[in-house]
Amino acid sequence: MDFTDSTEEAAFRAEANAFLSQHLQPKKGAASRSGNYLQRAKDWQKVKAENQFAQITWPKEIGGRGGSSMQQVIWNQEESKFDAPTGPFAIGLGMCVPTVIAFGSDEHKQRYVQKALFGEEIWCQLFSEPAAGSDVAGLKTKAVKDGDDWVINGQKVWTSGAHYSDYGIVLVRTDPDVPKHKGLTMFIIDMKQEGVDVRPIHQASGGSEFNEVYFTDVRIPDADRLGEPGMGWKVALVTLMNERLAVGGSPGPDWAEIMDYARSSGSMSDQAFRAKLADWYVAAQGYKLTKFRTQTALSKGETPGPENSIGKVITANHLQDICNSAIEMQDHYGIISDKDHAPADAIFQESFMWAPGLRIAGGTDEILKNIIAERVLGLPQDVRVDKDKPFSAF
Amino acid sequence: MNFDFSDDQKFLRDEARKFLEAQCTSGHVRAVLDDETMSHNDEVWQKIVEMGWLGAAIPEEFGGLGLGMLELCVIAEELGRVLAPVPFGSSAFFFAEAIKLAGTDEQKAEWLPKVADGSIVGCLATTEGPGALSASSVQTTAKDGVLSGTKVPVTDGDVATHAAVLAKEGSGTGIYIVALDQDGVSRKSLKTIEPTRSHAEIKFDGASAARLGQETGNGMSVLDQIMNRGAVLLAFEQLGGASRCLEMATEYAKERHAFGRPIGGNQAIKHKLADIYVKNEVARSNAYYGAWALSTDAAELPEAAAAARVAASEAFWFASKENIQTHGGMGFTWEVDCHLYYRRAKLLAVQAGSPAVWKEKLVSALEAKNAA
Repeated sequence: MDFTDSTEEAAFRAEANAFLSQHLQPKKGAASRSGNYLQRAKDWQKVKAENQFAQITWPKEIGGRGGSSMQQVIWNQEESKFDAPTGPFAIGLGMCVPTVIAFGSDEHKQRYVQKALFGEEIWCQLFSEPAAGSDVAGLKTKAVKDGDDWVINGQKVWTSGAHYSDYGIVLVRTDPDVPKHKGLTMFIIDMKQEGVDVRPIHQASGGSEFNEVYFTDVRIPDADRLGEPGMGWKVALVTLMNERLAVGGSPGPDWAEIMDYARSSGSMSDQAFRAKLADWYVAAQGYKLTKFRTQTALSKGETPGPENSIGKVITANHLQDICNSAIEMQDHYGIISDKDHAPADAIFQESFMWAPGLRIAGGTDEILKNIIAERVLGLPQDVRVDKDKPFSAF
Repeated sequence: MNFDFSDDQKFLRDEARKFLEAQCTSGHVRAVLDDETMSHNDEVWQKIVEMGWLGAAIPEEFGGLGLGMLELCVIAEELGRVLAPVPFGSSAFFFAEAIKLAGTDEQKAEWLPKVADGSIVGCLATTEGPGALSASSVQTTAKDGVLSGTKVPVTDGDVATHAAVLAKEGSGTGIYIVALDQDGVSRKSLKTIEPTRSHAEIKFDGASAARLGQETGNGMSVLDQIMNRGAVLLAFEQLGGASRCLEMATEYAKERHAFGRPIGGNQAIKHKLADIYVKNEVARSNAYYGAWALSTDAAELPEAAAAARVAASEAFWFASKENIQTHGGMGFTWEVDCHLYYRRAKLLAVQAGSPAVWKEKLVSALEAKNAA
């Protein structure tokens, strides 16, 4: 057991770090959103692509590095130490474009892959709907064939980056008269065309990072279909499988931050707080060290075990609990989120308002536990009364 | 990055599992459970002695196999899975580690070969009453190599031949090695909630004893280091038990039908078992980190050991109680093994300091680190 890189890994890490140091500033706290963030993101993506750091595991023929998953992990770790504007490309290059590569025609690959890789075009993923969240296969947006086109009507929701995306992959219902998983089809959609209406969602946290997307008689050529009609669910599973290995740290303040606050405010003598701090440390370490186990498998060229499925179940609740305690430690004063007054630049108050969303986004706590129970432990699937009946029967 | 056991260590684990599943069955555990006069299962014990596992982490020059701490961790997990009703932990995790850590060369040469070959059985005697152990709570006294006082309970205290005993000496404390078959020692078996591991009250009345190491008055700090080492090993034993509980509960949830389908199809059961899985994986990752710190004598051992211990105690407790719950009424019968794990989980959680004690140790270690 050791935590050191192999010789090859250390060499790659040094190379990555040298490259990053040349182009970016070290990160202090959260990544900076200042300036023209979108343009900065596009510029950074271009520099990465020109130097084969954009998609480490992609083959060289399509602009990748032909590297290993472990090298991608190392790159992500190193990049996260710098103030790198990566957000706008995470979903497109991590999920959408790999789906285009897997199911698209040669023309699609020629047209889209390089432009996405070099930061010229941004992609979004349009799956969730108001009536189809956890049960995404229950979506209602419909597409009807009309000549060589399909005509799309309906609504998507929680679409990250839709307002600045050029293209998207959209999952729609093309046949309501078969069971829900069998009547779906995936398309490439031009987000800038007529009939696509993007509206920001005003989130409970106060911000607007996500969108609703409305489709009114939007025409998509049949040539932009990914996979056969009715095969959309299988295509969507490939999209979701491509979700990048989560390697970032906790998405907000952790045990160290609340311990810093407790020390500065004289709360370290509180025995109840000390016991909770120990629990937070154990959970944070459990999360971090479990990722090391996953990396070990990758480093050996093995398929990681199911242990990394515990990640978000731990981190989202963990964050919520820490923020809640930090606010209560501040007593009445804890209600203040004004950075001029609130301790620690109001990080606890801000994440307190984010935490409910984290427990839902990318699979709710409940769905993630179902997945662990069914796929890891092999327990029976939930009752799905609509599974074998035509979608239109409901 | 190599945060995993080696292929050789995994081979040892597989072999140990096969051996224990055949040689240490539920029947062997229940033999001790159902017979008040049995302190341990000697048939199982003699076979484990023959395997040489007691000396896994004892250097070859002292009669051990000289493998290492990681190998001992692997063995600990397997013993935990089968609830081995033997004094392995007392002798190999605590007594031997105490001597390895603090003993003089003569003491190592005298005792370690005997632990390794099973000719003596060691135990650790610290507790004297309810509540967390502290220097001021120790009444047992050592003076001029003579020990007086009472330790209660001592895990494996009635099968052990020797004890490492925490005692007052002068204004400080010391750890003393005592032979338990002498005139100045009397023992009484205790009834406990975990009868598959024996417990005794041990009275010392002028027993002759030898101080561990040469330094005087530093018993509590030596004990602290012994506990850090033992905590990692116990964490693996706990992890083995917690893993087995999840397997039992999962198997049962697939087989047991109610309302026309397996109970494991209900989210109340699925989410419960997913919660066990998450806690077990958190415990496993923390235990691995503890193993790394232990095997490399890392400066991080205090926090790594404490985190391993806190996570493992929580995981085994949770898994053992929810395993009973998943089994329903059957889980509350004497014949089904669930209660054996519930009993063992509690013993292992309090045996070397309760979760509250280790949480405090963990936070103190983090404070010390941040202050530096």
